[in-house]
Amino acid sequence: MYHRFDAVIVGAGGAGLMAAAQLAGKCNVAVITKLYPVRSHTGAAQGGIAAALANVEEDHWIWHMFDTVKGGDYLVDQDAAEVLAREAIDAIIELEHWGFPFNRLPDGRIDQRRFGGHTRNFGEAPVRRSCYAADRTGHMILQTLYQQSIKNQVVFFDEFMMLDLLLTDDGVCTGVVALDVETGEFHVFHAKAVLLATGGYGRVFKVTSNALSLTGDGVAIVFRRGLPLEDMEFYQFHPTGIYKLGILLSEACRGEGGILRNGLGERFMERYAPTLLDLAPRDVVSRSIYHEIREGRGVEGKDYVYLDLTHLPKEVIETKLADNTDFVRTYLGLDPVVDPIPIQPTAHYAMGGIPTDVDGRVTVDAQNTPVPGLYAAGECACVSVHGANRLGTNSLVDLVVFGRRAGKHMLQFVQENDLHPLPKEPDYRARAEVEWILENEGQEKVATIRAELQEAMMADASVFRTGDGLRRMQDKLVELRNRFTRITIDDRSRTFNTDLVEAIELGYLLDCAEAIVACALAREESRGAHYREDFPQRDDANWLKHTLVTRTSGGLELSYKPVIITRFQPKERTY
Amino acid sequence: MQVTLRIQRFNPETDTKPHYQEYTVEVEPTDRVLDALNQVKWYQDGSLTYRRSCAHGICGSDAMRINGRNRLACKVLIKDLGPKITIEPLLGFKVIKDLVVDLEPFFAQYRTVMPYLINDEPPPTRERLQTPEERELIEDTSKCILCACCTSACPIFWTTEWLGPAAIVNGHRFLFDSRDRATEERLAVLNQRFGVWRCRTIFNCTEACPRGIQVTHAIEQVKRRILFEQS
Ligand SMILES: Cc1cc2nc3c(=O)[nH]c(=O)nc-3n(C[C@H](O)[C@H](O)[C@H](O)COP(=O)(O)OP(=O)(O)OC[C@H]3O[C@@H](n4cnc5c(N)ncnc54)[C@H](O)[C@@H]3O)c2cc1C
Ligand code: SF4
Ligand code: SF4
Ligand code: FES
Repeated sequence: MYHRFDAVIVGAGGAGLMAAAQLAGKCNVAVITKLYPVRSHTGAAQGGIAAALANVEEDHWIWHMFDTVKGGDYLVDQDAAEVLAREAIDAIIELEHWGFPFNRLPDGRIDQRRFGGHTRNFGEAPVRRSCYAADRTGHMILQTLYQQSIKNQVVFFDEFMMLDLLLTDDGVCTGVVALDVETGEFHVFHAKAVLLATGGYGRVFKVTSNALSLTGDGVAIVFRRGLPLEDMEFYQFHPTGIYKLGILLSEACRGEGGILRNGLGERFMERYAPTLLDLAPRDVVSRSIYHEIREGRGVEGKDYVYLDLTHLPKEVIETKLADNTDFVRTYLGLDPVVDPIPIQPTAHYAMGGIPTDVDGRVTVDAQNTPVPGLYAAGECACVSVHGANRLGTNSLVDLVVFGRRAGKHMLQFVQENDLHPLPKEPDYRARAEVEWILENEGQEKVATIRAELQEAMMADASVFRTGDGLRRMQDKLVELRNRFTRITIDDRSRTFNTDLVEAIELGYLLDCAEAIVACALAREESRGAHYREDFPQRDDANWLKHTLVTRTSGGLELSYKPVIITRFQPKERTY
Repeated sequence: MQVTLRIQRFNPETDTKPHYQEYTVEVEPTDRVLDALNQVKWYQDGSLTYRRSCAHGICGSDAMRINGRNRLACKVLIKDLGPKITIEPLLGFKVIKDLVVDLEPFFAQYRTVMPYLINDEPPPTRERLQTPEERELIEDTSKCILCACCTSACPIFWTTEWLGPAAIVNGHRFLFDSRDRATEERLAVLNQRFGVWRCRTIFNCTEACPRGIQVTHAIEQVKRRILFEQS
């Protein structure tokens, strides 16, 4: 089927819906989403959204900007970080006006709490900057934005999976191709502008806080179309995932006073981050946990440590951390009021992704040349405000600030530009991919290949990396790709074929993994979440630059682009 | 441990009516029912179809009937069910395939309660004020993830046309928001023929809610509000 719109948004999480709010009613816009909008993983975000409102104590956007830059180990583009920190305040107020039910102070203003890496006066001590709704801030963002979409009568194509992006030979974006999962039909969306807001790809790793559906679709599709990806080596592991399950326990647990303890009962963060302690940035805390485990100080000598909330008032645990408490009770059968909770780092957030400028325009080179009509925002994008390591509560800000900016820019773009003609047979690639999977006869199972990928990525490309490990991973990827050509699926029907969907998603995961590993192997230094045991120091002389990786007919090509530094010169990063 | 899953299957391309199929899988007692379904799908029968995403009870994708009760498959552990588990799609909705049902009518009901803040007064430059006590009134109903467990557990919903508990919960969320100004319009919707008065206070909905929302209580509060505004 053929559709024509001014603007098409792919993804209905926080980023996509925020952009939709700018366009609805002002131009002809549609949102395509493989999940029902309210099922998007933005709804899983717990702890909060940062903005220097200074409601509880003195705070300034420039402190927020500094923390973001330092937290990202100076790989952050500072023009973007400034936009983030300044516009966060406005965005929060806008959300409030749309009905977001923030927790409140006794005088009725928005309450704020502490979060990792957010500090007063350029690093002096933790500051209360995170606005929140109990421990379901993301749920409330998703609900609030979906409610606005209903109010604004946004047109949704629910359970439509994007399979391809349409670009002309001279690099103008003209639309997308999607599969209607329910019917198995192909749909061509012809548009003046497309926004990709498809979220992250945590499912490349075995232990992750990410939904089963977070398979990097948008990122992989862009990569397949020959556009570059940025900083793919930077993938964040959140310190407190529920042991083995990976389900996230929010940093808000530590923001409210929770403490990490090793097998000996020691508050081990005293050794690694004497000022911020348990509220040091995530890369630092995750590595510290693994250090403890390697030194044999995990609980019972095993590969986990404890998150201890038992000293907190029961009331705080039950109300401000209600969902987290529920997770622990449901999945571990433990009670956080009296039991310490077994945790291990869990794959959480992609700092890298589709390169964009501060207006969400997708860019293709070191000069930030934009692709006309193509935008990206949210976790799939890389502006880059998170650099080498994202601070907690900064992703939700990223979604609303840059989702909004992208939406506004798109509106202007569609008003000023005409529709470009579509290429001939716009859906041939998507059809070929689906037909191939439906008809292929081999011996390999999608689930087996996926499990091996996740296991291997966990072993060789997660918190600690080495040249040898990454090369081993590259070989493994060659093998897995090869086997992927021999998959067979059981379900050959057209209606709601999730067997097919999972096979397509595995293809995307393989692409994301390949990009991560190539970039990680090349970067011979340690910065933020990227830690090379064979190159343990940060090396600004050689590596203060963003990686761009592009797929060409000759294999993956790496190039680099400068980091934008405006206010804060790189310094050693201690907490 | 080994468990047997007895799952209702239906493929519209080949079946005229649903049938049951049994699978035996090896799982840990602490695994989720969703893990067991995944075992089947990934290693035994890829054609088994269900929705899922977050796998920890916050996205609302995998509402289904598990041993006769509406649950999220990712929020029930095997050890709480025993070795034989019957899994069926939610009642009251058209089955698209296996455990996947058509939720469009559910979302349509939701949309009729105007589930968004209505307040045309020019907003202040900063946040609107709301005290913690005022905020507390919507704490419970704002937790709703629109999973449909409650609505599809309601016997009234199976037989008559009516809003259903989930839509009322979301009406409540705005009706009791101190910032909202559309009380009259909201009550008109909730008070209509298909509105709150169809509820017989059977509590199935409250029992079914995976978010622990006091659904029946919220419906009662809405009823009282209607009576109060009318008097
Ligand atoms: C457990 C957890 C807790 C978190 N807590 C916090 C927090 O407290 N504060 C914070 O700042 N950040 C937090 N984060 C990070 C933050 O929530 C995410 O980075 C953010 O929500 C991503 O939003 P998004 O809009 O980019 O994507 P998502 O919300 O993931 O949405 C992706 C959308 O894309 C659609 N989609 C994907 N692929 C396709 C396709 N092929 N075709 C069509 N549609 C597609 C999906 O349907 C979905 O609608 C947390 C993350 C997790 C996992
Ligand atoms: S209490 Fe009302 S809404 Fe809930 S199940 Fe009973 S009749 Fe239905
Ligand atoms: S009230 Fe509870 S059961 Fe009903 S839709 Fe909302 S979360 Fe689901
Ligand atoms: S998969 Fe999200 S609620 Fe179960």
